[in-house]
Amino acid sequence: MSQHLTSLPILLPMLAGVILLMPPCGKNKAIRRFSSVALSFITFLISLALLLKVQANGIQVYAIGDWSAPFGIVLVADPLSTLLVCLSSLLGAVCTLYASAGDDEKGSFFHPLVQFLILGVNGAFLTGDAFNLFVFFEVLLIASYALLMHGGDKKNTRAALQYVIMNLVGSAVFLVALGILYGVLGTLNMADMAQKVTYLQGDDVYLAKIGGLLLLVVFALKGALLPLHLWLPNTYATAMPVVAALFAIMTKVGVYSMMRVYTLIFGEEAGELTHMAQSWLWWLALATITMGAIGVLASQDLRKLVSNLVIVSIGTLVALVAVQTVEASSAAIYYLVHSTLVTAALYILADLIGHQRGKVADRITAGTPVSQPMLLGSCFVIAAVAVIGMPPLSGFIGKVWLLQATLETEYNFVFWPLYLLASLAVLFAVAKAGSTVFWHHQAKISEQRVAERAKQERVHPAQLAALIILVASAPLMSIFAGPLSEYAIGAATQLHDFNNNIKTILPGGQ
Amino acid sequence: MELLYASCVGVLVFCGVFLILRSRTFPVVLGLTMLSYGVNLFLFSSGRLSLNSAAVLGYSEVYADPLPQAFVLTAIVIGFAMTAFVVILAIRGRADLGNDHVNGQVPENKKKGKV
Repeated sequence: MSQHLTSLPILLPMLAGVILLMPPCGKNKAIRRFSSVALSFITFLISLALLLKVQANGIQVYAIGDWSAPFGIVLVADPLSTLLVCLSSLLGAVCTLYASAGDDEKGSFFHPLVQFLILGVNGAFLTGDAFNLFVFFEVLLIASYALLMHGGDKKNTRAALQYVIMNLVGSAVFLVALGILYGVLGTLNMADMAQKVTYLQGDDVYLAKIGGLLLLVVFALKGALLPLHLWLPNTYATAMPVVAALFAIMTKVGVYSMMRVYTLIFGEEAGELTHMAQSWLWWLALATITMGAIGVLASQDLRKLVSNLVIVSIGTLVALVAVQTVEASSAAIYYLVHSTLVTAALYILADLIGHQRGKVADRITAGTPVSQPMLLGSCFVIAAVAVIGMPPLSGFIGKVWLLQATLETEYNFVFWPLYLLASLAVLFAVAKAGSTVFWHHQAKISEQRVAERAKQERVHPAQLAALIILVASAPLMSIFAGPLSEYAIGAATQLHDFNNNIKTILPGGQ
Repeated sequence: MELLYASCVGVLVFCGVFLILRSRTFPVVLGLTMLSYGVNLFLFSSGRLSLNSAAVLGYSEVYADPLPQAFVLTAIVIGFAMTAFVVILAIRGRADLGNDHVNGQVPENKKKGKV
């Protein structure tokens, strides 16, 4: 049993998705909600178990069908991928819990779709095969297309259409890149590719470079890097907030794939192709941060604001990936976990605030006051402090760490001012949004009406629990910053340890 | 054979990209289909082109690389599902938005001329 543990974070959501479609879950709302939440938390616990096992025994390699690498497909559970699997399972569980308060009934098949999305995300994190990565990308994409349309209106259809077309073109480019790389290297197992890239000669080097850079286009599209980021604000802001919160992990899949491909395959040991994407990634990341910060300042409603914050965080992460030192990667891993949880919390808060303010919804203007200002206000302050990166919460630790990691780089004189100015913009925009939403009210509404509404629109207990789990992550990540940063450093060292990776994944690798 | 094959892929991708850049959903969907045909052919050729060679051991003297064939098969299945989805979405978009433009609205200059 325990040898199959590596495959369970993928198999379990798949089974859960099927179970949730069948009776009694398919018919009965209460049973469906309960089993969906329970199954999601079981997936999370299994991922934690995998994490502990990887901590104790080192990298776990699972050959599917016992076909060993490089001929079969392998799942590779190393510290980085298991941490992200835990993160996505947790996010899935929290979003299911939140949606069980009523959002899941606004369309059909919410719960099975979430499970399939988690299946795709976990698979993309765990797989050690580039073509398999493509397959899991498609699995998570088709689930995300359907979730995006969940409970949608006209605006939503337009955004979904554009999102789907963009991603279909992206998939085509992905296949072309894989075709080129297979033609040159004769393998798509990532560890084997990394080994073979070293020995490329002559024209093959340029072919491999084309393939690698086409992959960069695909990951930039999924991760919403600068020229390909335009789909994100519209898509995330028109999706239901709980779905958007879940999508917070999807852009990170793109960043994770960049980390894998450009650190392992085209990293230190790649011969002539060493660090070939670095210069591209660095400048694109800086431009993404700038555009994200401008977007944050220009946002008219809370959901757009959070979507632009996602873009800023993607820019930051990609800049760290481009630096390609162990320290930068460990800062990136910490920052990735922090930013995923905090953006999810902010989306959920935007939803709750929007519900309680009635007609004004989540637009950043004076309007009806929220009916539970204490609860939502304090959660908003915590999430805002974390996302801006002020002490003492997790954002601050991530920010100091990443500034330290970029200190040694060639272009730190560009990165530091740019990043700090972007943080200032975020600080300004988030503070303005918070004070407008919570303190500026329309004068007309009488006390009595406010009291009446407060009775009707209280936060549902399930929503409250989900919100607290997400918001509490910020202080918890800063209290347990010691063990977490040690873990991140371990994971980053592992990621950069070329020889060990190859030796573990390939039987008989040198 | 290489020339014929390569020009086939090239023409398909050219038509696909051209159609994807159109503003109405139907040409875009057609373009996506053509692009995926082109890409599938391309992927198939990554195992080198050869005649009369089997992918299964013991059926011929020369063997073809079976892996790209498996890739293409997977890509076809996935592409088929995605095309079905995008067709449904385009129909839904036509119903929801009242027109079949990708941006959800008819550009001003076209409104005056044709309607």
